Formats: sequence, structure tokens, C-alpha cells
Amino acid sequence: MATQRTEPARYDRFERTLEEYGVGVRRVRPAAVRETIESLRVGSAVGTPLDIEGAALPESVTTGPTTAELEAAETGVTSASLAIAEYGSVVLRATAEGSEPISLFNDRHVVVLREGDIVPDMASAFEWFGEELRETRDSAIIATGPSATADMGALVQGAHGPKEVEVIVVS
Amino acid sequence: MSGKSRGSQAERIRDVMDAEGDAVATNTRGFNAGRYESVGKLDDYEALKDRAREIKEDAIERLPELIDDVAEAVEENGGTVYIADDAADANRYIASVCESEDADRLVKSKSMTSEEIEINEHLEREGVDVVETDLGEWVLQLAEEAPSHIVAPAIHKSRAEIAKLFEERFDPDEELESAEELTMFARERLGELVRDADVGMTGANFVTADSGTIALVTSEGNARKSVTVPDTQIAVAGVEKIVPQIEDLHPFVELIGRSGTGQDITSYVSLFTPPINSPSVDFEDTDAVIEGTGEDREFHLVLIDNGRMAMREDEDLRETLYCIRCSACSNTCANFQSVGGHVFGGETYSGGIATGWEAGISGLDTAAEFNDQCTGCSRCVEACPVGIDIPWINTVVRDRINDRTDVDAEFLVEGLTPDTERSGPGIQKRLFGNFETLAKLGSAVAPVSNWVANTPPAARALEAVAGVDRRRPLPSFSRRTFVEWFESRDAVPPADPDRKVVVYPDIYTNYMDVERGKAAVRALEALGVEVLVPPASGSGRAPLSQGMIDTARHKAETVSEELEPYLEAGYDLVVIEPSDVAMFTGEYERLLPEAAFESVAENTYEILEYVYGLVSNGADVDRLRHADGETTVAYHSHCQQRTMDLAAYSRTMLERCGYDVETNDVECCGMAGSFGYKSQFYEQSMDVGENLAGQIREADADVIAASGTSCLDQIDDLLEEKPKHVIELLAPAE
Ligand code: SF4
Repeated sequence: MATQRTEPARYDRFERTLEEYGVGVRRVRPAAVRETIESLRVGSAVGTPLDIEGAALPESVTTGPTTAELEAAETGVTSASLAIAEYGSVVLRATAEGSEPISLFNDRHVVVLREGDIVPDMASAFEWFGEELRETRDSAIIATGPSATADMGALVQGAHGPKEVEVIVVS
Repeated sequence: MSGKSRGSQAERIRDVMDAEGDAVATNTRGFNAGRYESVGKLDDYEALKDRAREIKEDAIERLPELIDDVAEAVEENGGTVYIADDAADANRYIASVCESEDADRLVKSKSMTSEEIEINEHLEREGVDVVETDLGEWVLQLAEEAPSHIVAPAIHKSRAEIAKLFEERFDPDEELESAEELTMFARERLGELVRDADVGMTGANFVTADSGTIALVTSEGNARKSVTVPDTQIAVAGVEKIVPQIEDLHPFVELIGRSGTGQDITSYVSLFTPPINSPSVDFEDTDAVIEGTGEDREFHLVLIDNGRMAMREDEDLRETLYCIRCSACSNTCANFQSVGGHVFGGETYSGGIATGWEAGISGLDTAAEFNDQCTGCSRCVEACPVGIDIPWINTVVRDRINDRTDVDAEFLVEGLTPDTERSGPGIQKRLFGNFETLAKLGSAVAPVSNWVANTPPAARALEAVAGVDRRRPLPSFSRRTFVEWFESRDAVPPADPDRKVVVYPDIYTNYMDVERGKAAVRALEALGVEVLVPPASGSGRAPLSQGMIDTARHKAETVSEELEPYLEAGYDLVVIEPSDVAMFTGEYERLLPEAAFESVAENTYEILEYVYGLVSNGADVDRLRHADGETTVAYHSHCQQRTMDLAAYSRTMLERCGYDVETNDVECCGMAGSFGYKSQFYEQSMDVGENLAGQIREADADVIAASGTSCLDQIDDLLEEKPKHVIELLAPAE
């Protein structure tokens, strides 16, 4: 995982691009993560544990959910391993805690990531993918904005996946 | 092709244009405009394309070795690889996987390769319920229709048609009207079907040999669901999808969405390394906790040959395997924009590159059904992210199709068709392919030939015998050719010329549009250049466009021999007809020995490019004719001229001579050489042209100008106003 300090411009670029996609983004201190997630939660929520020092999920987010809980939830909270400033993308790694279904089945996806994990461009992201995926044989999704389709005669956000994405960058 | 079958082909095209043309045009033109905008934002667009090309060249070169690597990686990961020789082999294997899983339902994300092998039909016969989960594909599955576009399969269907379809099939409680309502309805229904699916099937945009990773470029999230929910995944992919390593995906990820639908990136680029380390979701067991690394998962990668390894050995078709199926060549194609993939497409693939795919996979018969839709306008070449010479593939396949056509009835035009084709391209193609001979003859007996050709009996005869549409006014020949005019002049060459030029007497300028030739000579001489117009053979463009490669090569050799002495003596070669500039600097590379090609190509200039060069190097622009007060000109550049990046010279010179220039975003005028004259395509040609006519009307300019012979004729026919070649506007008066 990238740990170099991000130059401030990188966050700004990320923020600008996300805004173009209509994705809400805010930068918070670790201690504020819990309340920020709480304020972004709609309905019941499921999530994966956060692996960010000082940051925690609110009680209202169920980790290790059952399929029934997954289905009932409107919000899914997962962390991202990486973000790509140039594209406004977040990298969602499939994990044993169910990051893939949890980030996919709910109408609202709340993504939490470290500011230091924002890379500037796609080329840097692929350097990371190369090393990481070759080694671990894991899977990851480069997700940009909500799911979308134009198949029904006009662009609609929210096809099979989430209709809304909210990003929390932890500084 | 007989007059009758031309008639039924025209009818089919008309029906498809009526039913689907508007939806296809709106969508493809939207994608195309989006592409320009999106790639325009990339600083390193060309470098990314070069890199993408390089990766594909290398991967196809090393394909056998990479197939072994993929197999090894996937097996290391716990999956299975099956190499299928053909569709039947692949289908048998996939059915056996479903059987051993006791599968009732298989959910699919969009995959052209799975359409190619017709897996749905096969599995349905075996009793497996197959559900397309991509919304567009699902609509087509319900409507029992074939895709009309390789990326957005249902673009030919309007929102109202989809609403009606859902209404008929499901009788929903509430009326569905908006795209939003339709999408949510589909999401619900498909969500239900995914829940208890037994097997998930995806395609693959790319497969990496180092890790066995499958890259899927999607936006809806259905591929993710199809992979995540069931514990068995099957991926089908043509063998050409393999790239050596994960890092190689980078340029493609940046290019594919931009080139296709004009999205900088699609919502999801999934890098699955199956069987994926992620828990499967068993919705039937509501208490099951979602966790674990997916030990229960199974994965089968079905790599399909189905003609690809033979394409790899075929020098001309090999490039097809570089195709990443982005759809840029469909969206940028003026003909495709009018008719879509149901006309411009074969059994599975559509658009310009489909000729290569269908020829390699299904054979020449399938390719022959739509190959003539490619007019060689070349607009797709710069749009293709891997730089495939799509027009060349179309030309080669056309030549192969010609080679197996019967040669009966050819005697009718004996003498008019002195080509070097060994077998039969058919009378229509031979007539157009040998246009030079026709033009020579027409010019010799003009104006009688003009009166005769445009009389109803002659037009009827031409249409019946050779399929020249009688609604199309025929070009009129000039009694005195450009070369004869030049020889008869008693102009004194400039004493101390700055440069020496041969103006190439292309067959259109020489036999028909002599005025633009004269204008070119006047303009060049006014700018201090010594000009010669020696007799020269046609460039070979006409036969090449009919797939008559041997004849074209013969022409190229002749032209090269005729012009070489001038080039050696230091003359520059100035060409008026853009399609011939493209010949000299492009196709000749394939037709001539290297040295001969280089000599011609390096010395060739398009006329306005040359004038611009002279003026930039100190020639006096005031020697040219300037606009008379405030004058707007609607300028349409020629398709190949745009691809060669030469259009800017005409625009700039018009501006420097005082014109306000209005351009348009039409990729091709629709005439495209012989296309618009052929009776089976006349109406399509006019439909394509209407897009141009509309934009010219809207510009409401004082003058209309264009650069290509086809464009000039087409605009004349559409607007009943004869436009001028740019050089005619700028040359000093006689
Ligand atoms: S040939 Fe090129 S432009 Fe056409 S679909 Fe393939 S990659 Fe895209």
C-alpha cells in the first residue's frame, strides 16, 4: 500500500474530479470518521472493519453481516486501498470480510480511505496493481462514481450497483 | 450481383434505416462527439495509443507462449483453463460444467465472444436458464433481437420501444415511462434472477498471463454481481485477449472508455483474479454470515480459438486480433451512423473491423454480406486506440471476395474494363474500378457522352446492367483535359522560380473538373512556382476501392515510373484530390517497393498544404484572391484529408484570404467515391449526406467549399448548389 505523503494538490485534484461525477467527498481527522459515517448513513448499514489508525465505524454499522442483513441494508461502508486523483477513482479490494458484496448491493456506498493512499494517476495505480495482484492473486475494482447505464434511453445512475457514492478521506 | 438482388438489398437498408436509423444516429454521433472530447483531455493520447499497439503486437507475436502462461497462472490460483478449438467445442465444455454443477440458471454479463459461440442457445437446449444481466443485452434477449453495436447492443431501440416491450412481457402494475423507471424495473427483476443463480458467466476485456487476472470494463455492476454471487464462475474469452502482465492493462484502461462511448473511464474496471478471494453470497440461507476467502469457489477460463490462430498466420487479417472492441470504428463511421450494426455487421460483430472478425471466424460469405459498407474513408484509423488499418482489412477481404465471384456477363463491358484482375469482382465493381478508362472515353466524345449518359434510356441501362443509380446525376466529362489545356497554353514559366512543381492530373481533375486544375496552376504560378502538368496514369484509388488490388498495384507502379524522373529532378508533387494524396502517402506503402514509395510519399503535398507552405516561407499572400468584403464560407473537408491532418491548411488559407470559415463535424459526405452511385446504397448515401446538408444549411454561408471530388458532387446533389474547391476561391482570376 502506498504510504508516501500526499502533496496537498493531489487531494484537491481528487476532490475536483469526484465532484464532476457528483460524488460527495470530505477530508476529516481519524477521530471524526465515526461521526462522519454516521451522518452519511441512510437506513441500516453494513460494513467491513476499517484498518485506519484512530478511525472506527459507528455502532450502527454491522460488520460480518448475514445475507439477510446485507439485503436489508441501504448503506454499505468499506475502505478503499487506493485512490486515483486524476480519475476520481477508488480501488476496492475484494476481502474475506465481504468488501465486494458490501460495496455493491446497497444503494449508498460510503468509502473510507487514507489521504496518503491517493496516487496521482492511472500509471501509478497500475504499478501498485502489478506488484500487489501478482503477489497476492487478489481481486480489486477500480470504481469511479456510482453504477450507471444508458441502455434505457438516457443516462441513469444506479443500475445494478450503488446509486450514490460518498467518500471520506482520512488525513 | 444482379439488379434484382441490388434492389432487395436497397430495400432492406431502407427498412432498417426507417426502423432504427434515428436511434442509431443519435447514439453513435453522441458517442463519437464524446470520444473527441474525452481523448482531447489526455496529454499523452498518442503515446498511450502507441503503447497499446506495442503491447498487442507483442502479445499476438508471443501468443502460444502466453496461452501456456495463463494456463499455469490460473491453475496456480485454483481455476481450470480449457482451450476450445471452435464454438461447438466451447459450448460442449461449458454445458458440461453446468451439468456437473447441476445448474438451473446461469447469469451472464455482456460478452461478444459468448454471442459468437451462441452459448445461450446451446445451454437453453440443455435445459439451463440463461439470463443476460446487462440491461441492453437483457432487452434484446426479451425482444429476441441481435445486438446492433458491439458495446451498446440495444442502441437501435428507443426508450418508448423498451417501455412497450416491458409492458407486453411483464404487464407491470405501474406504467413505466422514464429511463429511470425502466432501469429500476430491470434492476429489480434481474436482481431476483441473480440471487439464486448457480453459475456466473462473464467475458473478458483482457486476461493477464502473469497472474490469471480477468479485466472487465463495465458500468452497471452486473458483471460484479454475476461473479460475486454464484460460487461457480466461467469466463469466455478469445485467445487474443491475453496480455503479458498486469501493468500492460494501464494504457487500455485509459483508452477504452474514451474511445468507445466517450467516457473517461467506466464506473467499474474489475480486475478479478478468479476463483476470487471473496465470500460467495447464498441468498437462500438468510442466516449465513458473509465472510471467508471463497474456498467454495470454482473457476473455468474458456479460451476460444475459433479461427483466431489461423488469423494470426494471415498477414492481412492478423491486425484484427489487436482489436479491443471499443466501438470507435463504428461510432466514427458515417455509414454506420446511418444504418447501425444490423446492416453494417455480420453474424456477431459490427462496424468497420467486423469485416476482419467475420472473415476470420465465419468466413468470406458472411463478410461479403456487409463488406461494401466500408468506403475506405479512413476516419476510423485515427480513432482506433490500437491503430488498426481497418480500411485495408476491408480492401483485402473485398479482394478475396472478388476472387471467388463468377465472371459471367463480363463480356458486356469488355474494353471498358482493362483491369488485371484474374477473376471477377462483378460488373459493378469493375465499372467503377476502371473509371479511368471510362473517363478517358467520356472525355474524348464529350459533350455527346454527357448528353447521352444522362438521358433516361442510358441511365436505365446503366442501372440495370451495372447498378449505377439512375437518380444520381452522372459526372460530366470535359472535352479538353487538364493536361491538354496545360500543353496548349503559351504561358512563359517564371524566370527564376523559387520551386518547381508537378501538379498531378488526377482522373477527376483531368477529365471532369478541369477548372480546379487550372486554378491550382494559376495560384502556384502567382506565388512564384514553376509548374508542369505532365500526362500521368490514374493513382489506382478507383480500383483499390473496389478491392481490385492487383489493378491498383499496376497503376501505382505506372504512376511511380511516370513521375520518378520529375522527382529526381527536384520537382515537388502537388495533388489536388485528397484521396490521391492518401494513396501516395499511405496505401502506396503496401503497393510499391520501399524506395519507390518513399520517393513519391516524401515529395507529395496536398495543394493547400503546399500553398500554405509557400506563404509561410515568404511568398506574397496578396497574390491570391481575397474575399470580397465580409464573406462566410461553409467548408467541408474531405474524410481522408482530415485523417491525414491536412484540413487545417485549407481552413487557414481561407481565413488568411479574408473568409469567415464555418466547418462541420460530419465524418464523411456519404458519396465516398462510387458508394453513392451504386443503386443498392443510393438512399443510404443520401441519408448520410443529409447530415452534412443540414449543417451546411445551418451555417447559411455566402459560399460553399469542399476539397474532394466526391464531396463536391454530393453537396451539389443534396443542395443543388455547386460548391467550389478551395483553390478555385483563392486562385487569382484568369
Ligand atoms: S478496430 Fe480499433 S476502433 Fe474498432 S473496435 Fe477494434 S479497437 Fe476499437
